[in-house]
Amino acid sequence: MIYFIFAYFCLSMIGISLIAITRKNPVHSVLWLLLLFLHIAVVYLFLNAEFLAMVQIIVYAGAILVMFLFTVFLLGAKNIPKEKRYTNLWEGRLLVGLALTAIFVAIFSKIKLSFKGIHTIEYIEKTGNVKAVGTVLFNEYALSILMLGIILLIPMIAVVVLAWRKT
Amino acid sequence: MMEFLLMLLKTTVVFGIVLTHVAYTTYAERKVIGRAQARMGPMEVGPHGLLQPIADFIKIFFKEDIVPANSEKLIFQIAPIIVLVFTMVNLTVIPFDRNFILADLNLGVLLILAFASLSVYGIILAGWASNSRYSFLGGIRSASQVLSYEIALGLSLAGVVLAAGSLNLKDIVIAQHNTPLGMYAIPQIIGFIVFVIAAFAETNRAPFDLPEAETELVAGYLTEYSAFRYALFFLAEYVAMYIMAFFCALCFLGGWTIPKFLTDIFPILDKVPGILWFAVKVYAFIFLYIWVRATLPRYRFDQLLNIGWKVLIPAGILNLLIVAIVKRFSL
Repeated sequence: MIYFIFAYFCLSMIGISLIAITRKNPVHSVLWLLLLFLHIAVVYLFLNAEFLAMVQIIVYAGAILVMFLFTVFLLGAKNIPKEKRYTNLWEGRLLVGLALTAIFVAIFSKIKLSFKGIHTIEYIEKTGNVKAVGTVLFNEYALSILMLGIILLIPMIAVVVLAWRKT
Repeated sequence: MMEFLLMLLKTTVVFGIVLTHVAYTTYAERKVIGRAQARMGPMEVGPHGLLQPIADFIKIFFKEDIVPANSEKLIFQIAPIIVLVFTMVNLTVIPFDRNFILADLNLGVLLILAFASLSVYGIILAGWASNSRYSFLGGIRSASQVLSYEIALGLSLAGVVLAAGSLNLKDIVIAQHNTPLGMYAIPQIIGFIVFVIAAFAETNRAPFDLPEAETELVAGYLTEYSAFRYALFFLAEYVAMYIMAFFCALCFLGGWTIPKFLTDIFPILDKVPGILWFAVKVYAFIFLYIWVRATLPRYRFDQLLNIGWKVLIPAGILNLLIVAIVKRFSL
């Protein structure tokens, strides 16, 4: 039974992404994307990663997608360049498609099926999801976290500079 | 099977009690605001107008449901349902008493934050789908307001989570009960104030009710809605108020417990059922909502965003830092 539910969520994720990228109305696309994010959160729940599921909803569905909606509302689809040389070029499609395939191949060839993390499932169940993620993030990957923070700070500074108005 | 039926019964009881409270909160609001303005409030239906909410609900559910011809039909129709569903879901993780909780999740705090941020979609979509300038402005305002104040809300709660060392609402209450003061509102007074202000903004209530500011936007995102779809929005707003009140009572005021020094002085207080203390705290918070609405004028929108970003977020970070330092060096 539980496998059927899991299968439903995985299959419908593919279906929903296809629907999302084929909608004419960008607002509808964003809504399908919202549904997709909720499905991803449920798949995380199946993998016993409650914390990731919640963060998925708070960050992606709750914050980033609202920003997308904002952009679509305020700029609309009118301001997106409609000329052929930007959007409808077969060389471009080929390039993007090949690049994506290359990335996928590179990623999938790196998957190690027998890879074991530092923590066992029993340990995570005992200490709780959040604590396990926190200790790993802030001890082993502390440098990466700091660098990510700086990378995220740079566009923020850029936006402030762009939006700065002398009063 | 038995377990399932029991669960169903518990859910029905919780939803029923909360919805009854919602109905009578509208009555209380009109009465209290009436007092504040030296009026009587509703007096006609039943003794002291006590049956007024029932009359209101019968009236609003039998009105004609109008869907504007130029609106985005499907989204217009599901928007109020989105808001109500994502708000009601939060009731499942609220521990009302020591042993009364629908779903004892480890990530209760995060779940409430997640669904609070999802319910704003209903409001944005309602504004957009109505295809009217006023509605659209209301929806946009609501989105930016909720997004900015969510950060402050999360920061103030981060202090609580750090002090309690858990994201489970039950554990937070128990951790509070074990501190000498019995509630986090006193040692974390900055976080408490930030939380209260952010909760007002998060539920679109006065003095931050700009998405439905009637003096400038007719009724904001509600302009095109009528009959029971309007009622659903209304219901969702009041349920959200109650969720925030529950949340405040659990995270800052000690939930169903009372401070230990009080039970030491008056041992009889220990016999009072916990749900009563919880109810008293929640009613106090709801009364605060109504009181503020009767007292304070509405902010301008740039003032609202300035308060959110330049006052509340730094204050929230300060509170988090203080809690972290106190916890680290166990002062």
